[in-house]
Amino acid sequence: MAALNFKHALFCAFITLLISYPILGFNLEAKGINVTIVGADTTTILGVLLAAVVVFLFQLFRDQIMGRVGDLRSLTAGKPKEPMAENRRAKIESWVLTGIVVLALFWPFFMSRGAVDLATLVLIYIMLALGLNVVVGLAGLLDLGYVAFYAVGAYTFALLSQYLGVSFWVALPIGALLAAAFGLVLGFPVLRLRGDYLAIVTLGFGEIIRILLNNWTTLTGGPNGIGGIPDPTLFGMEFGRRVKEEGNTSFHETFGIAYSGEHKVIFLYLIALVLAVFTALVIRRFMRMPVGRAWEALREDEIAARSLGLSRTAVKLSAFTIGAFFAGFAGTVFASKQGFISPESFVFLESAIILAIVVLGGMGSQIGVVLAAIAVTILPELAREFSEYRMLIFGAAMVLMMVWRPQGLMPMRRIHIELKKQE
Amino acid sequence: MLEVKNLSMRFGGLLAVDQVSLDVKEREIVSIIGPNGAGKTTVFNCMSGFYKPTGGKILFEGQEVQGKPDYKISRLGMVRTFQHVRLFGQMTVVENLLVAQHRHLNTNLLAGLIGTPNYRERERKSLDRAAYWLDRVGLLELANREAGNLAYGQQRRLEIARCMVTEPKMLMLDEPAAGLNPAETKDLNQLIVSLKEDYDVSVVLIEHDMSLVMDISDRINVINQGRPLASGTPEEIRQNDDVIKAYLGEA
Amino acid sequence: MQDLLYFSQQLINGLTIGSTYALIAIGYTMVYGIIGMINFAHGEIYMIGAYTALIAITGLASLGVVWLPLILIVALVCAMIVSSSMGWAVERVAYRPVRGRHRLIPLISAIGMSIFLQNYVHLAQGSRNIGFPALIDGGFTFGSDGAFQMSLSYMQITIFITTLICMTALSLFIARSRTGRACRAVSQDLGMANLLGIDTNRIISATFVIGAALAAVAGLLLGMYYGSVDPLFGFIAGLKAFTAAVLGGIGSIPGAMLGGLILGVSESMTSGYLSGEYKDVVSFGLLILILLFKPTGLLGKPEVEKI
Repeated sequence: MAALNFKHALFCAFITLLISYPILGFNLEAKGINVTIVGADTTTILGVLLAAVVVFLFQLFRDQIMGRVGDLRSLTAGKPKEPMAENRRAKIESWVLTGIVVLALFWPFFMSRGAVDLATLVLIYIMLALGLNVVVGLAGLLDLGYVAFYAVGAYTFALLSQYLGVSFWVALPIGALLAAAFGLVLGFPVLRLRGDYLAIVTLGFGEIIRILLNNWTTLTGGPNGIGGIPDPTLFGMEFGRRVKEEGNTSFHETFGIAYSGEHKVIFLYLIALVLAVFTALVIRRFMRMPVGRAWEALREDEIAARSLGLSRTAVKLSAFTIGAFFAGFAGTVFASKQGFISPESFVFLESAIILAIVVLGGMGSQIGVVLAAIAVTILPELAREFSEYRMLIFGAAMVLMMVWRPQGLMPMRRIHIELKKQE
Repeated sequence: MLEVKNLSMRFGGLLAVDQVSLDVKEREIVSIIGPNGAGKTTVFNCMSGFYKPTGGKILFEGQEVQGKPDYKISRLGMVRTFQHVRLFGQMTVVENLLVAQHRHLNTNLLAGLIGTPNYRERERKSLDRAAYWLDRVGLLELANREAGNLAYGQQRRLEIARCMVTEPKMLMLDEPAAGLNPAETKDLNQLIVSLKEDYDVSVVLIEHDMSLVMDISDRINVINQGRPLASGTPEEIRQNDDVIKAYLGEA
Repeated sequence: MQDLLYFSQQLINGLTIGSTYALIAIGYTMVYGIIGMINFAHGEIYMIGAYTALIAITGLASLGVVWLPLILIVALVCAMIVSSSMGWAVERVAYRPVRGRHRLIPLISAIGMSIFLQNYVHLAQGSRNIGFPALIDGGFTFGSDGAFQMSLSYMQITIFITTLICMTALSLFIARSRTGRACRAVSQDLGMANLLGIDTNRIISATFVIGAALAAVAGLLLGMYYGSVDPLFGFIAGLKAFTAAVLGGIGSIPGAMLGGLILGVSESMTSGYLSGEYKDVVSFGLLILILLFKPTGLLGKPEVEKI
């Protein structure tokens, strides 16, 4: 056994060297038209060797190590925490959530402009992730083209404002509804496909929409994108220094305060906050409604659900459409925040990031998704040198989550419907 | 009420069901028996719309239903259970019954979001109906447990209750007694008879437990290797030489 | 005549690209045939193969080796070894622990792996595309001067011949060898093969290794054909190859070949007669249509839903 382990460990270490040394150890450098090869610095080489040694030792003592880890787990599992009563937990949860929202309402007034701007982005991601969570977490449909609906929302606002001069508040519902309509039309033919095929088809749709945006230059400006998207107004008050639209007044003049660029940023943040809270509440409500139960039933056992008269297409389509609706919402806010959009913001990687948020947060769990959105957006900003490794770490984290904790960091606590005792 | 005429189902080169006919009248319990692999479950799958039969007709209340999608057949009032219990394991017992009642609920999303009185009234009614049926199958105490954690016999009963809350006209039970102990089988026997007597439901039953079949069936159809072998009352089947040779004798 | 030459040129270009798609598609189709999962990271394995080949070629050039066959063989062997090791490691780390869980879990794990590998190469080799030397140049031209000339390059011929050799070798391997027989058994019924004493883990590893090796061959060929590589090189090619696998009928090796060729030709016809920009739209559109109307593909076997 020991000899076998040793051979296996040696083999694994050798493979580690094979997959890391050629790629990490030799750097290709383009000099003019010639390509030359440069050996990597000693730290990289040492790192590669160290990795091989670590793999060797791990494989050699695998049984002991895994046994230890197992012991640790059973130790912690041996002292289970007293499970809180269902209703008490729900009460605490809603208090905490209210507290967070109240705090979020006030903190932008004490923060720097950059921080508020970043927080707006976080809120947009929260909306996206909550919407995708309906599709992936609740209905169990893997949508890899989710970013397409986000693009529909953003481009709807951009085009409407450019060609028709439509304002943010009018564009917001139109963008969301149009995204939902796209979801309905695209979803209808594809939703009878099996899970993994569905994933690939949605990925294909997402790419097609991006390529069209890129090439339909006359309408969308192609890769150059669309600029000059207006900011939202507050009851006809603009937040710019000068009023752009006739009939509008400006915010700082109406209230007789000095002009500040921060007003606009904070206003946008507050809009995003309200919309994110709205998204969370509506989806929470859906989860307790028959449609929410139908999503779950179909996810758990499609055949049984069909045998009870649930139409597979209708149920899946509702999840897909609702998810798309909120992506459209987020897209409109995003277009308004950036003031400029181009197809580059809607690549597959963006879908992957949103999916990573949902997966890390625990599919189906709202609080988990919110926390994951915050972590995924803010961590790379906090540590600049870390941001280069961001996607590398995302990828690794997705794999690790699937292997160790597929239910996510904060697994979904189902909102049960209780049958009260009838006396 | 239900008429199956010359039903055939072919998978590639295999003729799994060949010219099977069957009829069920109102308030009747009809059994389909036959050795393993005789094609009984395939007949069920055709009747419930999971398979599209390659030949023959299925008439339910005079309407042709062969080849219709499964969920539409279920909405007509033909609801089935499965050989291997299929519950929504992570949902609670009562939620399993609520899912089944989606048709009795207002499907209007907006009404649900706002929580109109009408919507809430319907929600309450479906909870009441769920409670009634849980009481009826003796699972009321376990209403808020996860369905996946129930004992096997309880899961079987929950599956039948889940069919009943949809208020079906005809219930198709695929080996409901499989894996049950004698006492549970006896309870099941009474439950099925009561579904017919008290709730005017016709029952089509696939079952291997001969005592149960002989006890409660009004008529029995025997299938062997996809082909119909005999049909008649339990008494006639018991004395049929072909059946004894092909099926009972073998067992 | 002119039109015919133009058409033939598109056909040749399409068949060239199509046969490399087929080489990559083998990896998808074999893995799907055996464990029923989409190996989303397969495109990255192919990209790593291309990078390794380029590193080997550049390394040999700096050592002063000029004999072309030696360069090509060393590059090919290096690429195949590194890609296969990667394929083996990926299966071991990211797929084996989640095998048998709900279908979406291995798929998400594979997407994570794909992102990881893309960024691994990105960090090690930079994000810019790097020129790939055209080692095989020249070719035949047809048609008169001053008008459209059709060309068939030696590189294209090399691609055809290499693909043909690889496919024949693979078919023989699957049909004749012990491992090949075990592969077929495992793809029919994994549980039963296990009971009969076939080491299914070893067979699954073998399919990943074989698929990766063929992807590495495609990496070298396409790298030389396109003349450059970058870390995103594998993503689109992977999707195309997956489309080819589905088109031909996933799980079927001749299907992968057929699907690859059809896809390659339809793409080159689109760029030849419509616009190069829309060739991706055509292939994704083709994928969607196939999945909707004939999800078993052209040569796949129908599945019966078990209840």
